Amino acid sequence: MSETAAAPTRAADPPVEERRKPKKAPLSDRARAERRLGIMLAAPAFVVMVAVTVYPIVQAFFDSLFSYRLTAPDEREFVGLANYGVLFTDPVFWKDLGVTVLITLVTVAVELVLGFVLALVMHNAITKLRGLLRTAILVPYGTITVVSAFAWFFAFDINTGFVNSWLPFVEDSFNWFGSAAPALTVIMLSEIWKTTPFISLLLLSGLAQVPGELTEAARVDGGTRWEIMRRVVLPNMKAAIMVAVLFRALDAFRIFDNVFIMTNGAYGTEVLSLLAYRTSIGRLEIGMGSAISVVLFLCVIGIAIVAIKGFKVDLTSGEGR
Amino acid sequence: MSESARPSALRRLCAAGAALALGATLSACGSADSGPPELTWYINPDNGGQAQIAQQCTEEADGAYTITTSLLPRDAASQREQLARRLAAGDRSMDIMSLDPPYIPELAEPGFLAPVPEDLVESSTQDVVEGAVQGATWKDELVAVPFWANTQLLWYRESVAEEAGLDMSQPVTWDQLIEAAETTDSYLGIQGIRAESMTVWVNALMESQGQAIIENPDAPADETQLALDSPAGDEAARIISTIGSEGLAGPGATTQDENVAMAQFQGDQGSFMVNWPFVYTATQTSVEQGSVDQEVLDDMKWTTYPQITEDQESTPPLGGINLGVGASSEHPDLAYEAIRCIASPEKQAQYFLSDGNPPASTTAYDDPEVQDAYPMAPEIRESLERAAPRPQTPYYNEISLGIQQHWTPISDVTESTPAESQEFIQSVLRGEALL
Repeated sequence: MSETAAAPTRAADPPVEERRKPKKAPLSDRARAERRLGIMLAAPAFVVMVAVTVYPIVQAFFDSLFSYRLTAPDEREFVGLANYGVLFTDPVFWKDLGVTVLITLVTVAVELVLGFVLALVMHNAITKLRGLLRTAILVPYGTITVVSAFAWFFAFDINTGFVNSWLPFVEDSFNWFGSAAPALTVIMLSEIWKTTPFISLLLLSGLAQVPGELTEAARVDGGTRWEIMRRVVLPNMKAAIMVAVLFRALDAFRIFDNVFIMTNGAYGTEVLSLLAYRTSIGRLEIGMGSAISVVLFLCVIGIAIVAIKGFKVDLTSGEGR
Repeated sequence: MSESARPSALRRLCAAGAALALGATLSACGSADSGPPELTWYINPDNGGQAQIAQQCTEEADGAYTITTSLLPRDAASQREQLARRLAAGDRSMDIMSLDPPYIPELAEPGFLAPVPEDLVESSTQDVVEGAVQGATWKDELVAVPFWANTQLLWYRESVAEEAGLDMSQPVTWDQLIEAAETTDSYLGIQGIRAESMTVWVNALMESQGQAIIENPDAPADETQLALDSPAGDEAARIISTIGSEGLAGPGATTQDENVAMAQFQGDQGSFMVNWPFVYTATQTSVEQGSVDQEVLDDMKWTTYPQITEDQESTPPLGGINLGVGASSEHPDLAYEAIRCIASPEKQAQYFLSDGNPPASTTAYDDPEVQDAYPMAPEIRESLERAAPRPQTPYYNEISLGIQQHWTPISDVTESTPAESQEFIQSVLRGEALL
């Protein structure tokens, strides 16, 4: 096509900006009424969210700019970002962050594998056994975390426990909560025991959404079980896996109960949420405690962004139409 | 139901609800205005003795006031957290509070406690053991009323002491106990857990050498000077380190609190134990329940806290409970009237008998029933006269947590621990480090 022939066509095209943003057609009365109804329905929840979530976050950030101790109200002093300066230069913070990340990575990875296996078992179980199996698998998740933490603590504690006598490779005098590595092992085992059913339930819903005709077609085409799993099942479960990983990672990063009950952060087992608790509630240092809480919140936001971007899942695709 | 009936039914329901709500509000107002003022007493968990005293004092008040109890958390640190938060918020229900002595300066310094009336200052410090008065005093002023006082004794198994060749009629030293545990292959009952009890132990070891942990208790946080890095601190570290590194407290030393130490002491390898007097009544109860043999109780003896050297008397740990009144209380005068009743020597003796917590009043020890029920009462009273409180400062919590972090696990305590812990705590107090 020659340049001259093309020219009139271009001239007839609308300007680029107009092309990208076509003028919206005016809303119909019905659409406007639906939109109004939508806003009215969502508004109370929005107000509640602002009251219970946004306000405390803003207040925490404000408090973090002060040197403020609850039992010395007269000595409250604006220090700007000094609390953050102390926080980021203190080895205690980095050590606690390291322990928190370690617990998150290990527990989520193990739970993902175990949870997927359990989901497959539940998915493939015969109909009659399915209900019983799901109930049995969900029992740990139904246990209150503090109760499960005490149960694991009493089982492993040298003074009350029985685990040492069960394990042939462990001496009777071995103190699980006397140093970091064994204590963290028990904490993570407890966490895995408690929340694997949750991940398996989420993955089970993902498995149920994989279209049967796709796996059937793959089988007809001669795909092995592993190939079907890798190329058909897992890609179709991406959203469910993302949700499972995201929820558990956020939960694991905020771990508190297990550590609080079993070691109270002693001997290198302290996590970030415990540091925030001890500073705000134990030491009554509202300023520094708020700074730690804000950093914890930012970490959680960061995990959510990484998970959503990493899995490349379009969370708006489920919009009802 | 017909369509026409619905609105009227709805109206009736609304009217009934409104009437109920109004009635509840009016009755609530009525109950507040009529009847004697209600005083709330925040108590630490016990065997029911404080609730019983509250009831008795309510009856004795003859309509002037009533006392209701409200239970605080189990451990002292959690009790402090709740009390401090409520007091800082100006909670008007803080009429009477059972306070652990180390936390009193922190509450007194910002003016959270109502001043003690002059006449009560006099009556509540007369015939009261010295340690208890010290624990209720801040900046030379009595800010709370001693209710009961606690101290640690050295408990021992007579058979083990004989086997080790120790003359328990004379004061013994920590080195003698260490040697005895080594020769008899038994465990020393100490509290090596990372908790408040660790500060109690370190403080007692230093005070027994005449050295307080804190040199200037009245100073602001950033000017507070500690004396952990001192010959007394070195000696304390040596004793703790020896027990920890040689495993003399047993394999569970790092998680051993008062109850665990008691259970170990009652076991086959029990020998000597520093612990509070509750262990005697607790062991008696265990014998009654059949979980501990009578032989153990018969073999269980007591003496005063171990010394550092043969020629210097020990300074045992001090505990107990003092009674304070919140500055925001609506009835401070009545609250102090109630405290007069609660902390009377008779009630203190009664509380000792019912709950095993020793009186702060010296006259309560003269009660024949007390002497009969607690054969160790004279040792307790002597210990309380010699006892020293933990560092009296508004920053006690930081000092205590800093000690706990650096002096546990006890197997890791070395000769550099005193200096390191001092530097760390002082940097925390200057706001330069996290705890």
